[in-house]
Amino acid sequence: MTAAPVSPGDASAAGESGGWTGWVRRRALRSFPPDQLLPDKQPIYVASWIYVFGVATIAAFIVALTTGTILAVRGPAWWHGSSVGHFVNSLHLWSVELFMAFMVIHLWGKFFMAAWRGKRALTWITGAVSFLASIGTAFTGYLTQQNLASQWVSTQAKDGLNSVGIGAYFNVLDFGQMLMWHIVLLPLGVGVLVVAHVLLVRRHGVVPPFPPKDMHGPEPTAAEGAVQA
Amino acid sequence: MTAATTRAHRRETDPTAQPWAGPKRPYDLVKEFVVALVVVSILTVILAALFSSPDDKQLTLAQWAKAAPNDFVATAATELDGTSGSATYGAPYTHDKSAAQKIGPLAPQNWLGVTIPIDSAQDFVVRPLQGAAVSPDLQAALKQWTSGSADQQQKWAAAYDTALAAVPDTDPAKIATGDYGPVPVMMTQLLALAQSGGLDGALLAQGRFYQTDYTKPLLFLADGTYLEDLARAQHLGGDQWGMMNETGNYPGQAWLWLYTFWYQVKPFSTSGNADALVWSVMALLSLVFVLVPFIPGIRSIPKLIPIYRLIWRNYYRDVEGRGA
Repeated sequence: MTAAPVSPGDASAAGESGGWTGWVRRRALRSFPPDQLLPDKQPIYVASWIYVFGVATIAAFIVALTTGTILAVRGPAWWHGSSVGHFVNSLHLWSVELFMAFMVIHLWGKFFMAAWRGKRALTWITGAVSFLASIGTAFTGYLTQQNLASQWVSTQAKDGLNSVGIGAYFNVLDFGQMLMWHIVLLPLGVGVLVVAHVLLVRRHGVVPPFPPKDMHGPEPTAAEGAVQA
Repeated sequence: MTAATTRAHRRETDPTAQPWAGPKRPYDLVKEFVVALVVVSILTVILAALFSSPDDKQLTLAQWAKAAPNDFVATAATELDGTSGSATYGAPYTHDKSAAQKIGPLAPQNWLGVTIPIDSAQDFVVRPLQGAAVSPDLQAALKQWTSGSADQQQKWAAAYDTALAAVPDTDPAKIATGDYGPVPVMMTQLLALAQSGGLDGALLAQGRFYQTDYTKPLLFLADGTYLEDLARAQHLGGDQWGMMNETGNYPGQAWLWLYTFWYQVKPFSTSGNADALVWSVMALLSLVFVLVPFIPGIRSIPKLIPIYRLIWRNYYRDVEGRGA
C-alpha cells in the first residue's frame, strides 16, 4: 500500500498532534514553507543594485547590535576613558550611520517600485514603522552619550516632547530611563519589526514590475508574465 | 456580491498578489547576507578608523560656575524668584496651565498634568544650600529666608533679580544697595558651592544614594546661557539646524532633516507654539508615510515618475524587446 502524499498543514493525514501547538506548527509551515522562506531562486526581475540595500540594512543593524552589546558589557561610561572603548563607540556610530543610510535608500527604492502592491501593504507598514522606531533608537543613543551633545540634545528635545504631552512619561533628561529605552526597549521593537518585515517579504515574494509599456488593460497575471518573459 | 466578497475576489484576481510563475534566476540569499555582513563590517571599521567619533566633554555645574559666574548667579536669581525658564515652564514641571504650547485650541502639554514637579527656588537654591549650611553666615541667611513669609521671600528675590539684571554683565559685585534680605549671601554661597562641585552632587542626589535621573541639573544648566553659548559655537542651535547636527564635523542625525527644517521657516520659526506645531506636522507626515499604500494620489506617484523603469530596466528591455 502506498502512503498518500502529505502536504504541509494536513494534520489528520500526517498524524500530527492537535491542539494549539499543532495548529501553530501547521500554520507556520503553511505560511512559510521552507522553500519559500529561504529560496535559492528569485524572479528574473530581481536584478538591480537596489535590492542589495535591504540586506545591507539588516547587516548594518547586526553590526550596530554587536557593537552596542560590547558597549553594554563594559558599561555606559567605559568609552570615555578607554581608547579601545572609544573605537568601539566609533564602530557603533558609523554602523548606525550606515544602517540609516541603507534603510533610507531601501525605502526610496521600495517607494518607487510601489512595493505595497499585491497584498504587500503590511510589508510596507512594518518597514515604515521600523524606520520611525530606528529614529527613536538612534535619538536615545545621542541622549545617553554622557557628553556635551547629550546635554544639549536632551535639553532641546524636551520642549518638543513636552509640547505634545509625551514628555510627561518619556523624560529625555532622565539618563537611566533613556538608557533602558536605547539598549532594551527600542532595539527589541526594531528587531521584532525587522523580523516581521522580512517574514512578510518571504511570504508574499518580491513585488513584480509594473506592466510593460505596450500592455493595455489590467496588469499581467503571473502566467502572462511567464509568456512575455 | 458583498463588499467583503468583492475584496476577496479582487485579491484573488490581483496578479501582483499571486506567486511569480515566470522565469527565475539563481539567487543565494544566504550568500548575499554573508557578503553584505562582511562588507558592512569592513566599511564600518574603515569609517571608524578614519573618522573616529565625537566626544566633547560634558559641562558640569562647577565648570559653568567657574567659567561664567555672573551667568550662574543671574540664573540662580531667576530660579529663586520664579522667573526662570524651568519655573515658568508649565507641565510637566509646574502647574501654570497658561504656559503650555497650543495647537489651535488644544494644549496636549497639559493633558497628563505635572508628572515631574519642579520647585525651582527650593530644588535649585534653598535645599542645596540647606545641605551645605556649615558657615554661620549661610545658616543665618537661611534662617532669615525660612522665617520670612512667602510674600517677603518673593520681594527679596525679585528685587535682587531686577537689580542684578540692571548691572552690566550681571556682575553681583556691582549691584546697587537695596532690600534684598538674605539673598546676596545665599547667591554668594550657592556660587561657592557650585564652584566647589558640591552643587552637581546636591542637585543629582536629592536625598537618594543611587540616582540616574539628571532632570534637575540639566534644567538648571539649560536655564542659563552658558550651555547655549557652547552649543551655538558647535552649530547646534535650533536656528542652526541643530537637532540634526553633531559636535565637530560629524554627520549627526541627518535623518532628522525634515523635523529640523520646519524650525527654520515661518510660521514655525517665529511661533511661540513652534514645538507643538512642528510635532503635529511631523506626526501627520509620519502617519501619511506609514499609510502610503492606502492614500490615493500618493500611492500613484511611483507609476507617474518612471524610476521603476530604471530599477527594472533589464526586465523591460527583455519583455518589450521581445514584444517589438
